[in-house]
Amino acid sequence: MTTPSQLTVAGKTAPAGEDGPGGQPAGLSPRQLMWRRFKRDRTGVISACVVLFFFAVAVLAPVISSLYGKDPYTTYGLDRPELLDPLTGYPMKPNGGIDGEFWFGIEPKLGRDVLTQLVYGIRTSLLIGLAATLLSTLTGIVIGVVAGYLGGRTDYFLGRLIDLLLSFPQQLFFVAFMPVVTALFVSPQKETPTYFRVTALVTVLWLLGWMQLARLLRGQVLSLREREFVEAAKVTGASPWRIVRKELLPNLGTPILVQSTLMLPNFVTTEAALSFLGVGVVEPTPDWGRMFAKGANFYEGDITYMFFPGIAMVIFVVAFNLLGDSVRDAMDPKTTR
Amino acid sequence: MSIESGTPEPLLVAEKLTKHFPIMGGFPFRRKVGAVQAVDGIDLTVHAGTSFGLVGESGCGKSTTGRLLTRLLEPTAGQITYRGRDITHADRKQLAPVRSEIQMIFQDPYSSLNPRQTVGTIISGPMEINGIRPPGGREARVRELLETVGLNPEHYNRFPHEFSGGQRQRIGVARALALEPRLIVADEPVSALDVSIQAQVVNLLQQLQRELGIAFLFIAHDLAVVRHFSQRVAVMYLGKIVEVGDRDSIYHRPRHPYTHALLSAVPDAAVVMADDSPAAHRERIRLAGDVPSPIAPPSGCRFRTRCWKAQDKCATEEPPLLRIEGNREGHLSACHFPEAPTTEARDQDIVLDPALS
Ligand SMILES: Nc1ncnc2c1ncn2[C@@H]1O[C@H](COP(=O)(O)OP(=O)(O)O)[C@@H](O)[C@H]1O
Ligand code: SF4
Ligand SMILES: [Mg+2]
Repeated sequence: MTTPSQLTVAGKTAPAGEDGPGGQPAGLSPRQLMWRRFKRDRTGVISACVVLFFFAVAVLAPVISSLYGKDPYTTYGLDRPELLDPLTGYPMKPNGGIDGEFWFGIEPKLGRDVLTQLVYGIRTSLLIGLAATLLSTLTGIVIGVVAGYLGGRTDYFLGRLIDLLLSFPQQLFFVAFMPVVTALFVSPQKETPTYFRVTALVTVLWLLGWMQLARLLRGQVLSLREREFVEAAKVTGASPWRIVRKELLPNLGTPILVQSTLMLPNFVTTEAALSFLGVGVVEPTPDWGRMFAKGANFYEGDITYMFFPGIAMVIFVVAFNLLGDSVRDAMDPKTTR
Repeated sequence: MSIESGTPEPLLVAEKLTKHFPIMGGFPFRRKVGAVQAVDGIDLTVHAGTSFGLVGESGCGKSTTGRLLTRLLEPTAGQITYRGRDITHADRKQLAPVRSEIQMIFQDPYSSLNPRQTVGTIISGPMEINGIRPPGGREARVRELLETVGLNPEHYNRFPHEFSGGQRQRIGVARALALEPRLIVADEPVSALDVSIQAQVVNLLQQLQRELGIAFLFIAHDLAVVRHFSQRVAVMYLGKIVEVGDRDSIYHRPRHPYTHALLSAVPDAAVVMADDSPAAHRERIRLAGDVPSPIAPPSGCRFRTRCWKAQDKCATEEPPLLRIEGNREGHLSACHFPEAPTTEARDQDIVLDPALS
């Protein structure tokens, strides 16, 4: 990188002005450089747009619903007998009843609108996924930084806790644990309120979701705290809190960003799987994963009902993973030194 | 020059300073199974406005000494006194008033600057931490400091990755100057730099020492760099100071065999011999092997495994650091069988390692 001529110039008084060494445009922060590299990555930009589209759908679900003129709760098929076959319960029209009125068709048996169900289902799943991601990221940061920075005994015990939680068979644990958590707070005779089920789901996802990030950050902090700029801050009298905030955390932005973009689709699919298995969000709240579960019952007579939630989920997960990869590529090790 | 005639007041005094890093091991319970004796009972004094050189091979405990003196490390034993105040075990709060007066310049210009902070943030950080509000504001002061260390004040908003090694080191110097310290511990500040840049940075430090009257503890792994800079020089080997004295004594009248070896390793004869001695005949000594492990240092004199004058006494008795026969005032050497106080050529070169000759 540094040529002899640059070195000689560099050592003398200050002429390295207008253009920084290495031909980089002057005055750009490492973050700005990362953004530039990201913008050049077409896959990354497209997946970012797709991901943003999903979030927009989730946020705008009520707007979409009112513009489209339907809601996910009304049983259109039961109200209007001409929509469903009275014997089988499948839509009368081909392709799951897709027409100008019901764009994605209608649900077999109950005859609810698929499009609004999917839109609201995405909303539910993303909300749960996002909440679990935020909580897990925060927990991962706190535990990882504390373990890495304090070291010693604290690090040892936190490390064992992480090992213990990571060794749990997670899916099994979710299935077994969700009813237990629910039963703990709600008497079996009563109906479990939706907000409570959502809270329980988020809690369980969160409790078993923060360890990867914590372990990663612990390692990063362990190596960062040996760097001389941390010692330089200590020599000037910086408090541990300031060192964590000003010296360590800014250098952890990239791993945190990458990890949480991988965490979110994970949580969304786990939540879908749990609802599929019947321990997640229950009727009548629309849910992405539960639409699969239902679709599996009907796929022989009406594959269309499974098609839209499935395709949407595949696109979402693929886009999110590609986005995660692009974010990782955009961080060039040269500027993170 | 701010150094008055006569002896200036002692600024920083270390007595019997010791640092042993515990080695943990064992199963199932980790416990202390040994210790790295990185620094083992050294005495040194840095006087106000003067420069003290600390020289020794890599791994002999120089950085550990520097970090002990700036209280980045907790001493195992011994005492550190700064202007009469005992700071050996002072915690962060107790150190606060002293902190701004003792600063440090680090060896690696690539790891000593936070890559996520601008030059402005890096240099104003110390002022922010210590609540210093210079007249005209911190930004103006940072620009002034950048100019002092020979950088363009317009670099205020740049990030470290845009600078070369020498420039980064200058930024590190500006950061150390931000608190107007009385003492700067410079841990091999030029070792990581290109040879052509080294002299420029040393000159900068020298100029600061003269113009601002800052005392320096200058750490280096060879005697060449320290030569220009230090009034007093200490030679360190495996955690101990083996010889200490004023510059002239160390460079022209060295007694300890290790000092002789280090002097003969100075690449440019002219650097050492320029003043008075006939430069043509210079001794050549090549040390065989590596520095022994500081986990189990040799008994008696720690240098004996590589010393060409070693005798039985050296293995049993540790040589004290004394003003031995023939030394001038203030020149102490730790050797039972010292060399003659000269750097003239010997009858023949001592080349201990045939592979190196
Ligand atoms: N934090 C530490 N833990 C254990 N051993 C250390 C530590 N720091 C330094 N050492 C050991 O102490 C000895 C002296 O190291 P150091 O002071 O860095 O030497 P120098 O700066 O002279 O090259 C070396 O053997 C090194 O391995
Ligand atoms: S004491 Fe003995 S071994 Fe040590 S330097 Fe002197 S002569 Fe060599
Ligand atoms: Mg060192």
